[in-house]
Order: sequence, then structure tokens, then C-alpha cells
Amino acid sequence: MIPSDKADAATDTLQGGPRRRRGRTGVGRGVPLPLLIPALLGLAFLVVPLIALLVRTPWHSLPEQLTSPDVWQALQLSLICATAATAVSLVLGVPLAWLLARVEFPGRGLVRALVTLPLVLPPVVGGVALLMALGRNGIVGQWLDSWFGITLPFTTAGVVVAEAFVAMPFLVISVEGTLRAADPRYEEAATTLGASRFTAFRRVTLPLIAPGIAAGAVLAWARALGEFGATITFAGNFPGRTQTMPLAVYLALQSDPEAAIALSLVLLAVSIAVLAGLRDRWMTAG
Amino acid sequence: MTKIDETTRADTAVEGLDAHLVVDRGTFRLDVTLAVAPGEVVALLGPNGAGKTSALRALAGLVPLSDGHLRLDGAELDRTPPESRPVGVVFQDYLLFPHLTALDNVAFGPRCHGATKAEARAQAAAWLDRMGLAEHSGAKPRKLSGGQAQRVALARALATNPRLLLLDEPLAALDARTRLEVRAQLRRHLADFEAVAVLVTHDPLDAMVLADRLVVVEHGQVVQEGTPADIARHPRTDYIAQLVGLNLYRGRAEGHTVRLDTGPAITTSEDLTGPVFVAFPPSAVTLFRDRPTGASARNLWQCEVAGLETHGDQIRADLTGELPLAADLTTVAAAELDLHPGARVWATVKATQTHAYAV
Repeated sequence: MIPSDKADAATDTLQGGPRRRRGRTGVGRGVPLPLLIPALLGLAFLVVPLIALLVRTPWHSLPEQLTSPDVWQALQLSLICATAATAVSLVLGVPLAWLLARVEFPGRGLVRALVTLPLVLPPVVGGVALLMALGRNGIVGQWLDSWFGITLPFTTAGVVVAEAFVAMPFLVISVEGTLRAADPRYEEAATTLGASRFTAFRRVTLPLIAPGIAAGAVLAWARALGEFGATITFAGNFPGRTQTMPLAVYLALQSDPEAAIALSLVLLAVSIAVLAGLRDRWMTAG
Repeated sequence: MTKIDETTRADTAVEGLDAHLVVDRGTFRLDVTLAVAPGEVVALLGPNGAGKTSALRALAGLVPLSDGHLRLDGAELDRTPPESRPVGVVFQDYLLFPHLTALDNVAFGPRCHGATKAEARAQAAAWLDRMGLAEHSGAKPRKLSGGQAQRVALARALATNPRLLLLDEPLAALDARTRLEVRAQLRRHLADFEAVAVLVTHDPLDAMVLADRLVVVEHGQVVQEGTPADIARHPRTDYIAQLVGLNLYRGRAEGHTVRLDTGPAITTSEDLTGPVFVAFPPSAVTLFRDRPTGASARNLWQCEVAGLETHGDQIRADLTGELPLAADLTTVAAAELDLHPGARVWATVKATQTHAYAV
């Protein structure tokens, strides 16, 4: 049995009782203060810095800031490198996701853990690890250098490598999840029609999981665009060659804070655009 | 539809399907032998979980054989991957590719077999036309009705010119009305199909309408096979007897009397000796409230009503007692007898309406 006053309150809430009463039910009684106060503080903590960024933006000089050659160069380099890193992630990450989702092999759990590791690894450590592997004296890099004359550290290609290293796990995890949710019997149907496993993947599975791949690619691209630690460690900070937007922001903050704010605003706008683009996928729960 | 008798099948042993399918899956073991001639339609009939679908998947190459063999038109297929087998499959829920139109779904197979895009589409269009679906060729699967999707799935499977056509519960996804119509169409298409067709179903009506021969599978084993008429008249397991609506008993015959393993005896018109089955339809049973005085004491049993259900315009009474049996009677008769669960009645069956046959 429900006590009668509680039942009344429930009825009021359901049927839309007086506004005053509903307000008391919703805040005063519904949410205990020990939870409400930290929750509101947490919200403020997340939102106030973004508001501060908007408040301190030099709106009058913004067009000038954004069109200055330095900023333009960093922006261009960022877009190119993030897009290239996303392309690398797609080419290598989608097959990797398929392997993890569809093929049973010993140590699959371990492989999945290794793929996920860069998600939680401090990016600087990733940068150092990349130097050990692909640096001029790295275990792979020395051969790249002596056989092909390819040097990756401190080049634009190095930026792409660093960004892909950090961003690819996002894509793999996203695509693998979509693959697991997709019905593998469509692939079986395709093989009974004469399709090889690769043809079945290309002509049936790939179109079916395209939305998941797109979401993973956007996520990876956003992550690559904001990459700082691995990039500065592995590729350095040379304007026009390896200085991407986050690096430019960090550097500008010491000499030209207004430029730093303008650059930050651009990155914020991109983040909001990404979130809006993915809202159907991740924000429908709300 | 051509009927193949035992002798011609033996003569053309190289043609058609010759399979011994053994699939081990943990505690479950499927062990089924199948021989099907070209032009013949065989239905694997059995309850859910009997292993029918495993058998179908083994034929298609989607699960490997643990043992046995698989030959189609004389060629060994045991180790052939599914994409290289001349096999077409109509899946239970069709599995039409949702991102492709009906036409491209059907063209998928020919395309994989090396046809150019234009050739594949022309073949697909011809198949859809044959299925009466020409005007739906541009539709995506979600726009198709259940019956249309079923025909697209059939066209897709046939478009690769398979030597073995497999159908998994081809009518299960349809509602009752569509089912009647699609069953008749499917029967025509199967009759036109010149190679081996194997279908899997748990519905005896589908099996009997569509197939020339039934193979009944229970617990991974073949328990009986034969023509639909033969199986309907001579069921050998309780499952089949229930499917075809017969009372079935097993016993030992001495002349016209069959002593059942469970005790009571049944008088039959056949004169047999040794282990036999006795079957009679529920409509052959007559019920009395009191012990009938005039009737002979033969085939008379006292029973208790365990349950009643309507069965068309009849009432089916489920009786327990020394001889458990099902009896059909009219609603009026049921009312006059005042039948209700727990009521005690006398049941009789005329010897001429029973049917005994050797095990």
C-alpha cells in the first residue's frame, strides 16, 4: 500500500498539479541537497570555463586573428593531418575491427586490450613509444631510414602517425561495436550466393555498418584534431610543418593570448559541430 | 512433379544428393542420412530442436561435418566452402540484404558467379518477372510484404542455378492467409525445379503439400521416412501420430489381437504376428456415459476425460485410463454426454476402423 499523502503527490505530479506544489515536489522533496549541490557545482565546473572563453573572446579583432598567416597555417595543417590520420585509421582500423568481431582466434581478448590501450595511455607516453619504434634509431625507424630513406619524426607525416596512433582505437571500438550488433547471418546468406568472405564483407557488411563507421570516423577525426601530447613529442612544434592548432594555442598563450583564444574558439566550434553531428547516435538516451 | 520409386533412384545413384550428415554440437549429435534424386522435393520434418536446421546448415556448408559424407551429382562437397557449392538457400526470415533493391538482391548471386552487372541484372529481372514481381524490382526489402519477400528470396536462391535448393521453414514468417497463397505458389515453383530440393519445416501441412517425400527427424535421428500418404497412414512415433492426428500404440500381435506393451489389448481386422503398431483416428472412437450393454466387450475401455478442446467444428476429448486416447465427437454429442474434465466414460472402437502394421 502507498501512504495516502505520497499517492496524492504522485497523482499531482502525473496530472500536473499547481505549479508551486510541483516545484516543491520536484526540487525540495525529489532531490536531496547533498546530491543537488555537488551536481550543480559539477555542472558549473564544466560549463563556466567555456563561458569564460566566449566572454573573453576578442570578437572585434576575431576576423583579423583568424585570417593571420600563422593561425591560417596551423588551421590548415590541423585539418589536413586530422583528415589523413582518419583515413589511415579507416584503412587499418575497419579490418582490425572486423577481425576482432568476426574471427575467433587465441588471444583475441589480449589483442582487444592492446587496441584499447592507447585510449587510456597518456599521449606523451604514446609519443615517446612512437619515437622508440619509428624514430631515426627506433626498432623499425632505422630500417625505414636505411632502406627507403623515410624519416617520420619531426615531419608532417609524423604528425599524421602520432594522431592516428591516438585516434584509431576510437574508430576500432566504435566499428567493432556496430559489427557485433549487425546480424552475421547476412554474411552467411552472401556466401551461399557465391560471395567469398571478402566480397561478402565489401558488398554486404560494409554498407550495413556504414553509419557505425561514419560515427567512428568523426570521433577519430575529432580526437586527432585535438591531439597534443603525442604530436609534440613525436613530431615537435615547427610552424607550418608540425605545428597543429593545439600546439599553436599553447605557444600563442605565452606571446599572444588573443590569438590563443581565437584558435581555441575554432576548436570549440568544431567540437560542438561534431557533437551535433553525432547527437542521433549518442544523445538519444537523454 | 515426378515420382521416383526405389528402383530408378538406385539406378541414378550418382545423380542428386547422397549425404550422411554427422554434426556434433556439445551434447547434441545430428546423424542423418539423406538420398534425394533430381526433381524430388524432400521435407525434413521434426519438432523444434530436432536438428533440422543443423542438417540444412551442414548441407549449405555453414557448419562443418564432424563425420559422414556429402555428395551432390557425384561430386564430393564435404570440404567445399559454402561459396563454391552449387547450393541455393532460402533462409527462414529470408535475410534479404536491406540496403539493396529486390533486383540487386537477386542479381547478387549471378554477379558473384562472374556475370557482368548488366547480365546479372537482366537475369534477375527475368527471375522477378517469373515470380510475378516485375513491378517491385526497384523496392527495398522493407517495402515488400511477407509473401513478396519470400518470392524475392526464392528468386535470389534460384538465380545461381543451384543443383541443391535448401529452404528453411519457408512459410514460417507468414501470416495464415498469405501462407495459403504462398504455399500454393511455392509448390508450383518447386515442381518446376529440376534439381534436388530439401526443405525444413515443423509444420506437417507445409511438408505434405510441398514435398514428395518426408524424412522425420527427432533428437538428431531419422525416425521415419516415406511419402506423405504413407507416413500419414503408418506413423511410427508419437510425434508423427500427433502430427497426423492418429491414436498410435505399439504391441505384439497374435492373429487379430494386439496385446499392447502397456497391458490392454486391441482387436484389429488385420491378421498379423509379432511386433506391430496399431493406429486409429480419433473420429473412430465412440463414447458412452454408461457401459454399453448391446456392444461386444471387444475394444471397450473405461476412461476419464483429461481435457477438451474445439477442433474445427468438432470437440477433441483427451482421455486417460487403461488406454490413453484422443476421441472426436460433435458438440451436440459432447453436450448430451455431459463431458467435462474428470468425467468417466466408456470408449469403443470398431476393429474395422483400426489399422495394424508391422514395426
